[in-house]
Amino acid sequence: MQKTLNWREYVITRAVKASGYSAIVFVALIFFFLLREGLPTLAEVKLANLFSIRWYPIEDYFGILPLITGSLIVTVGAGLIAIPFGIGTAVYIAEIAPRWMREILKPLVELLGGLPSVVLGFLGILVAAPYLREFLNLPTGLTALTGSLLLGGISIPTIVSIAEDALDAVPRSYREGAWALGATKWQTIWRVTLPAARSGVLTAVMLGIGRAVGETMTVMMVTGNAPVLAIYPSSLFSPVRTMTATIAAEMGEVANGSVHYHTLFFIGMVLFLISLAVNVAAASVVFRTKKRAERILS
Amino acid sequence: MKRPQLLLFILTIFTLLLTSCGSSSSGQTGAGSTAAYIENKGSDTIVNLALAWAERYQQEYPDVRISVTGGGSGTGIAALINGTVDIANASRQIKSEEVKLAEDNGIMPVEHVIARDAIAVIVNPENPVSELTLEQISDIYSGKFSNWNQVGGEDRPIVRLSRETNSGTHVYFLETVLRLGEKDNQTLFSMDTLLLPSSEGIIAEVRQNPNAIGYDGLGYVPKDLKMIAIAKQAGGAYILPSVETVNNNTYPIARDLYMYTAGEPKGIVKTYLDWILSAEAQQIVKELGFVPIK
Repeated sequence: MQKTLNWREYVITRAVKASGYSAIVFVALIFFFLLREGLPTLAEVKLANLFSIRWYPIEDYFGILPLITGSLIVTVGAGLIAIPFGIGTAVYIAEIAPRWMREILKPLVELLGGLPSVVLGFLGILVAAPYLREFLNLPTGLTALTGSLLLGGISIPTIVSIAEDALDAVPRSYREGAWALGATKWQTIWRVTLPAARSGVLTAVMLGIGRAVGETMTVMMVTGNAPVLAIYPSSLFSPVRTMTATIAAEMGEVANGSVHYHTLFFIGMVLFLISLAVNVAAASVVFRTKKRAERILS
Repeated sequence: MKRPQLLLFILTIFTLLLTSCGSSSSGQTGAGSTAAYIENKGSDTIVNLALAWAERYQQEYPDVRISVTGGGSGTGIAALINGTVDIANASRQIKSEEVKLAEDNGIMPVEHVIARDAIAVIVNPENPVSELTLEQISDIYSGKFSNWNQVGGEDRPIVRLSRETNSGTHVYFLETVLRLGEKDNQTLFSMDTLLLPSSEGIIAEVRQNPNAIGYDGLGYVPKDLKMIAIAKQAGGAYILPSVETVNNNTYPIARDLYMYTAGEPKGIVKTYLDWILSAEAQQIVKELGFVPIK
């Protein structure tokens, strides 16, 4: 009896351990694959070409700067929309809304997160783009801004759901302490609850941004896909081409092993490095704040 | 209430099983010499035509299965090179690099002209411009002109729409219109040209945006959009695209549509390609707004 239990425990511990390690292994394998397929680009394409501002692969122009800036501007725009709205909604659901409303709102927001991005893309083409063109008097409605709006909509549910969980996990005694000191509801939220839930809220923001950086279908449908260098604030109102849309639109066409194929993988590598950098930055911020909080508490 | 539903469910499963049995057995009888299954992929311009052909052909020869998918000429040819399709559809000729890649894989692409197509240049019906020369269209797309008043229209910015670079229509338009068919002309699309992933995307944008100019295969242009009459040179006659003007070679942007096979077609693929050139199949070409070959 004792023996079988030990044996079972051994297998289960090992299985849990293996599944834990497998995440690391998979990421490493994916990165290795990206490196293997993407790095040959550096030998095949001149650096001056690779970091130029023209992307037109069928004539051997492989400038990836417009694609990087395109992705960045759409993501920053989406962040500017999604972060305040997402955190605001989370605070409302967790701190202010009465219980019955909370029980309606949270599932609804999570339902929104399950909306397929193609459907949002269609809404973008048929409703948002024409409306924005007329409202802002733009030449065309297929712009970075349209993409940002829709991507913001896509990342809001992620942010709300995780940030609300984090706020919910803040012990009630914190709030009671603040109230006892005579703090208003707003002061409690801003000075006590949100800082206490900071690492969870930051994780929510990172996952939301990650969702926006990696989103493909919607941006491909509504941003116009013109590979123009987007470094001015006004670029927000003109068409851009993102890295994800480029890979999605062109991967099907390329012959295996061609220069274009390697360059698309190189773009994938850049995308991977960008999200890695964002995650590392976020993790280090969370780590530092935690240390500081521990210091204060001790 | 529950019982009829359950019954229906079982019935559905049963029918599915029956039909799948049916097809597999007919597949076996048809697969005497070669597999009675044709994989057909490529140009989005041709995909509707290829589907119509496949449907009619399967009605007449029920033991043949033809699967048709789009994705763009480049996609189809890449699939042919990688050996995953029997027939690749292309709205442009195969490039020499592609032939080389195919030969490296031991595949010799063989070309078949299957229909002709005119490319219509389209604008929003609100746009007063209705005639352009080839050179004006080239200057619009290359970025030399960026306001409609430079070609006799209203004071509006020009929004250029194009298909993605994997589209054969894109490549054809680049060579024939932007570069005016000149071999050493290196004109490129203006950088702010919007590259849309589908014909539908171009049509949706032209339909609601009076600044837009786009292009698409004649068979795909809906009636509520305006087609531009095009002249080869300034001072020449402006011609609207139609079956007649393509056949008498007066409309300047018309091209052949192709199917490529790996090596000379054999067996079932050959029978199918021969049928495509028959009068019956070419009638379908006409019905879909393309131009039949003689």
